[in-house]
Amino acid sequence: MGVELLLTQLLNGVQFGLLLFLMAAGLTLVFGIMSFINLAHGSLYMVGAYLAALTFAHSGSFWLAVAAAAAGLFVLALLLDRLAFSALHRRDHLDQVLATFGVVLFANEAMRMLFGSAPLFMDTPAALSAPVEIMGFNYPSYRGAIIVAGLLVALGLHLLIDRTRVGMLIRAGASNRTMVSALGVNINWLTSFIFALGAALAGLAGAMVGPILSIQPGMGEPVLILTLVVIVIGGIGSIRGALFGALIVGIADTLGRGVLPALLFLVLDPATAAAAGPALASVGVYVLMATVLAFKPDGLFPVKHA
Amino acid sequence: MRKMLRAAALTVAAAATALAVQAQEVKIGFLATLSGPAAALGQDQYDGFMLAVEQNGGKLGGRTAKIFKEDDQLKPDLGVQLAQKLIEKDKVDVVTGVTFSNVMMAVAKPLAAADMVFVGSNAGPAPLAGKECNARFFFTVKQNDNPAEALGQYATDKGYKNMILMAPNYQSGKDQITGFKRYFKGTVAAEIFTQLNQPDYSAELAQVQALKPDAIFAFFPGGMGVNFVKQMNQVGLLHKIPVLTVSTVDGTTLPALKDTALGVLSGGPWGPDTAGPANAAFVKAFEAKYKRIPSEYAAFGYDAGLALNSALAKVKGAEIDRAALVAALRPADFPATRPSFKFNRNGFPIQDMHVFVVAKDAQGRVSLKTVATPLPALHDAYFEQCPLK
Repeated sequence: MGVELLLTQLLNGVQFGLLLFLMAAGLTLVFGIMSFINLAHGSLYMVGAYLAALTFAHSGSFWLAVAAAAAGLFVLALLLDRLAFSALHRRDHLDQVLATFGVVLFANEAMRMLFGSAPLFMDTPAALSAPVEIMGFNYPSYRGAIIVAGLLVALGLHLLIDRTRVGMLIRAGASNRTMVSALGVNINWLTSFIFALGAALAGLAGAMVGPILSIQPGMGEPVLILTLVVIVIGGIGSIRGALFGALIVGIADTLGRGVLPALLFLVLDPATAAAAGPALASVGVYVLMATVLAFKPDGLFPVKHA
Repeated sequence: MRKMLRAAALTVAAAATALAVQAQEVKIGFLATLSGPAAALGQDQYDGFMLAVEQNGGKLGGRTAKIFKEDDQLKPDLGVQLAQKLIEKDKVDVVTGVTFSNVMMAVAKPLAAADMVFVGSNAGPAPLAGKECNARFFFTVKQNDNPAEALGQYATDKGYKNMILMAPNYQSGKDQITGFKRYFKGTVAAEIFTQLNQPDYSAELAQVQALKPDAIFAFFPGGMGVNFVKQMNQVGLLHKIPVLTVSTVDGTTLPALKDTALGVLSGGPWGPDTAGPANAAFVKAFEAKYKRIPSEYAAFGYDAGLALNSALAKVKGAEIDRAALVAALRPADFPATRPSFKFNRNGFPIQDMHVFVVAKDAQGRVSLKTVATPLPALHDAYFEQCPLK
């Protein structure tokens, strides 16, 4: 195994991690500040992908499609929050899990009824369709664009959370919601905004994966599970935790799939290695989560609660 | 008055006789996966089957076809319940359909226990072709390994020396790789097993690039296939090395792949351009009715309908004698969409196995075009284990 392959795999891991970050940022804020478990976060991602694919098919503009997915999900989330989820904020976590799981089932069936079970098509934007060569390896330029977009969102969120008044309130809300409310801040407005922002990021993630993945009902669930792993590792409520957690999970998952089987072939006989490789790769991320929780039960970047 | 009564009685008697003739019907249980991510497959089986029924004026073998349509939701336990419902409550004469092999293996037991006649129109699991074969089961499809075997022979014919084999890590994936290796004589550089329903293949494709194979064999059905082909294309591998696939580019995924999939190779017994007047007529009728190119699942469903039509015509009497129906099905004298089609002694077909390439058809639509027939009149690998004569 060459250094080039390892570096390509690292790049793949970073790309996957940043995609997970787009999902995790919204989920961790909603979970941390509103104490609201939203299993339907994966459905928002799916709806974003559908919205982007449809916009792209009708307008032919990829950038419009991405904007439509993010903006559309922002509005959809505001409606969803007002109409349904706000009633759940004060209920216990089990009720929230049940209700939002219902939304997952509803959303999957709704997409199936509207667009059929066959996957939807979304092309790669022409400017980003050719691979670029990095040290003899072809790397898809579109995946490079996902890395750039993920880093821009991370920077934007950093500025929003650490440099603005809204960000200050969000941080305060994550530490002590009641106190923020007592100081005269309209916490309902704040939570609605956070929920919609998280949904817009999920929509953006959905739009970004459109050219890579098949857009179909149920596409949100696999990514939701990894996103939950990310926020548990990173520390619930922490944006910085979401970023580093996502990168760790992305790289661990990619190296687990790309490098671990090859390493096993060096130490075990081929038949055992062939059987053990995929099995270990699929549990690697969860072993990582268990290890982190054993040493840091609140995650790597815990939010301090008053 | 007496005359009138007599006339009335005669009319009633005549009507009753007419009714008795009319009542010559056949009850057919259609069981398939009609919801969930794989619903497109079951729907195509159903549409193909119903096209055959419709072309015969709603009848099969001169009997009015009464169809009991059931959706197994890709759940083996539900499939068993539905099979029992079809057998005990609806009292069907024959069961057809079944999309997935895991459901097939589960429903085989209740069907066999009830001595039910079964005409399968998609799943073709190895055990039912071998040791657990059943004299009353017929498959108008292919044994699951056959397309991979054809591609293995094709790779050998083409002289590929060094190949990477890829599939999801579950039973079907392993079976496909075994089937491919049965006929591939070159070296296997690596077997890469991915997680089932894994969306991203970047790590695996980087490995493929590092190993620089002559060609790739891949089995990624449904949405996995869309993801895999798109990502192969983005990394620039798709047009650099041949990609040999099973169930990855078919009628269900091509609409989501479009031009991206051009040039991908696929193995199977049937394509829209398979030779013969029967297939040309089928493709034309299917496109006219459903406004889309038929998939192989539609062709298998259509052939199941034709097989039952020809066999039921030979069974006399109001009651359908199952032994007579089985004897009538065995010669397979129906105009199948695949001209080489015959039933082997295990109820599975002996037929030509082709390799197709994704290409534009005459109307500029993305479709499959035959490029080679590496294994003509292929017997499946398991029929010798079948105790039936």
